[in-house]
Amino acid sequence: MSYQFSIGCSLSNLKGIREFVRTSLRAHHVPEVEMSAVVLALDEMCSNLMIHAHHCNPDHQLGLRIDVPAENTLIFEIIDEGSQFDINAFATPELGNLIHEKRKGGLGIRLVKAIMDNVEYLQRDGKNVCRLTKTIHAS
Amino acid sequence: MVQIRRLQEEGADIIAIIGEIDASSSIELDLTIAKSVGEGFHKILVDCTALEYISSAGLGVFMSYIEEFKDKHIHMVLFGLKEKVANTFSILGLADLLHIRSTKPEAKQLLNELSV
Repeated sequence: MSYQFSIGCSLSNLKGIREFVRTSLRAHHVPEVEMSAVVLALDEMCSNLMIHAHHCNPDHQLGLRIDVPAENTLIFEIIDEGSQFDINAFATPELGNLIHEKRKGGLGIRLVKAIMDNVEYLQRDGKNVCRLTKTIHAS
Repeated sequence: MVQIRRLQEEGADIIAIIGEIDASSSIELDLTIAKSVGEGFHKILVDCTALEYISSAGLGVFMSYIEEFKDKHIHMVLFGLKEKVANTFSILGLADLLHIRSTKPEAKQLLNELSV
């Protein structure tokens, strides 16, 4: 089963992204706590891309694709043509440092790495693809 | 997308968040807390009973005040978090850095103990 969605790089569209993820996964019996976690991770990845790679230009498009190859495996792809924003290139910031520096950013990377099992980047048809994989454990 | 209301009770400023806080709406939370601090409140309660969602942008707002609150002897207690919201705090380990209680009376009690 596969689901697709495309949206402009405006932060006001994050709500639509969360709704797309929830609606797409509704039929796949994802437990509520894990559903909330993957919705959050997608919101974090998309807002990072919108801000850092696309400077919130609503004319730039992000593509989202969700594949559910097996009932316990979720594969999310975020497809764009911006400069790549690779979270693997960023060290996960220490909480203590974030507090000391009064930084409001940096937490999203911690969240995505904690929630998803794998984050990888690839190129397809000249576009950047960020692929996030999550295995759902039976509750 | 988010509504933030303030009311004052027994010298504490109560900030109620209704709806969702993400990267597009976290600025409203930031401005509300800044206003409370600017008005001189030393006791702040954050009512999260109607908070449906929070992303790192909103969590970052709470974190960014931790040091300032220590310096100015301001105490903030959050209460009424739904499980899905509390889980986000837990993933990051923020539950240990912020004061969080289940109910408003418990939050008020902690606030009074901290303010002694």
